[in-house]
Amino acid sequence: MASIEDKKLKQLSRRQLLKLAPVLAVGAFAVTRWQDPLLDHGVRLSDWASGLLFRRRHPAATFSDGEVVTFAKFPYNGYDDLDPGVDLENWTLSVAGNVRHPGEYTLAQIQALPRIRQNTRHVCVEGWDVIGRFGGARISDFLALIGADSSSRYVAVECADDYYESLDMATALHPQSLLCYEMYDQPLDRGHGAPLRLSLPTKVGYKSAKYLTKLTVANVLGAQRGYWEDQGYSWYAGL
Amino acid sequence: MASGAQTGMPDAQPEARMQLVTAAYEHPWAIRFTHWLNAAAVAVLAASGLRIFRAFPSFGAKIPEHDLVNIPQALTLGGWLGGALQWHFTFMWLFAGSGVLYLAYQLISGHYKTVLFLPRDVKGVWPMARHYFLFGPKPPATEQYNALQKLAYTTTVLCGVASLLTGLVLYKPVQFSWLAWPMGGYHLARVWHFVAMCGFLAFIPGHVIMVVLHGWSNFASMLTGWKRDPEYLSRRSAE
Repeated sequence: MASIEDKKLKQLSRRQLLKLAPVLAVGAFAVTRWQDPLLDHGVRLSDWASGLLFRRRHPAATFSDGEVVTFAKFPYNGYDDLDPGVDLENWTLSVAGNVRHPGEYTLAQIQALPRIRQNTRHVCVEGWDVIGRFGGARISDFLALIGADSSSRYVAVECADDYYESLDMATALHPQSLLCYEMYDQPLDRGHGAPLRLSLPTKVGYKSAKYLTKLTVANVLGAQRGYWEDQGYSWYAGL
Repeated sequence: MASGAQTGMPDAQPEARMQLVTAAYEHPWAIRFTHWLNAAAVAVLAASGLRIFRAFPSFGAKIPEHDLVNIPQALTLGGWLGGALQWHFTFMWLFAGSGVLYLAYQLISGHYKTVLFLPRDVKGVWPMARHYFLFGPKPPATEQYNALQKLAYTTTVLCGVASLLTGLVLYKPVQFSWLAWPMGGYHLARVWHFVAMCGFLAFIPGHVIMVVLHGWSNFASMLTGWKRDPEYLSRRSAE
């Protein structure tokens, strides 16, 4: 259209401008009171979509021994204390929740399960990643040992350093998800979470809790979903 | 520019006040809507992305860590890493959604033909660049967008696609391992994600400066869709 009456053009322009009003809804994010709930919904939407993307049989990449960084270049990373003073001699893992055999489990019982050794990538939420060598028992094997109801929704852990985490059952049952007691074929040292930590190649690093003391199988998570998650990190955190 | 309507007729002759102007409906609603949504999303994603990058401002190893740059906190959004991730994980949906809508509309409507940079546009790039940057003669405007504009817009859309795909790999490197492979792996995807953002940031100042230089009617057309006295129309009618 080339020629148009000025008045008509103004009218059309106004109408078209109004039709753009829905864009202003984005401004809701600028309202302090609404910001946190809106962002919370955004993260929940992302977590929900992440759960849909997860494939139980799809493995995370594994690497040759040559691609693994040296032990010295695998960072000690913790939220607070790299040595919460765990009594390694008398350590046990407390098991509770939807399991047939709750109680205390020793490291020897966990080490009696088939040992998996895998070179996998540890991805930190900060943006760095390292390929390391991890060894331990499959969480799924341990869940079978304790008679866990695998139709439960979550596996939650508590740690000696007051850290805590929780996982969706599908990830806990993933064949690469480990109760890890070895790195680089040596028993875990204190900085890496001795005597037992999680190693979850399909999750962001902060899900791989160290210094485990308790494992609970549950259908409901309480107010405590995870140390960082309760401060705003994504709970699902799937890779 | 000739608006051709300032005749100043007295009130006694209302029919003579019918002012005819030249105008074109340049930007359909879908394009304007997605443009502004995307602008908001890019701003939020860049600012929160820079905050995320602050957590580990390097593309190298964690040990030893060599920080590349200290991005001022004032340029970032989210306050801390967790907050920035919340913004990023929320606005990525807006970015992807508006991008997919935009591309779908362009393809289905055929509107893309006005803006897609094609091999035949190559010869028009240099004369236009010479005009803008070296004060060369202004090449005649025969289309809605000149060759340099088409190049800039097409490149930016490609940056958007690259941002989305590299972001997908960073977010879900295990589920999208097949997509990480052509990017050179997870680690390099982070570099490409950053490069794509630099492409966006390089485009925006030029885009904004050109819009300012071309005046209000040009800017208003992205709000109302209607552009008064487009140069290519006046030229066509003059010929």
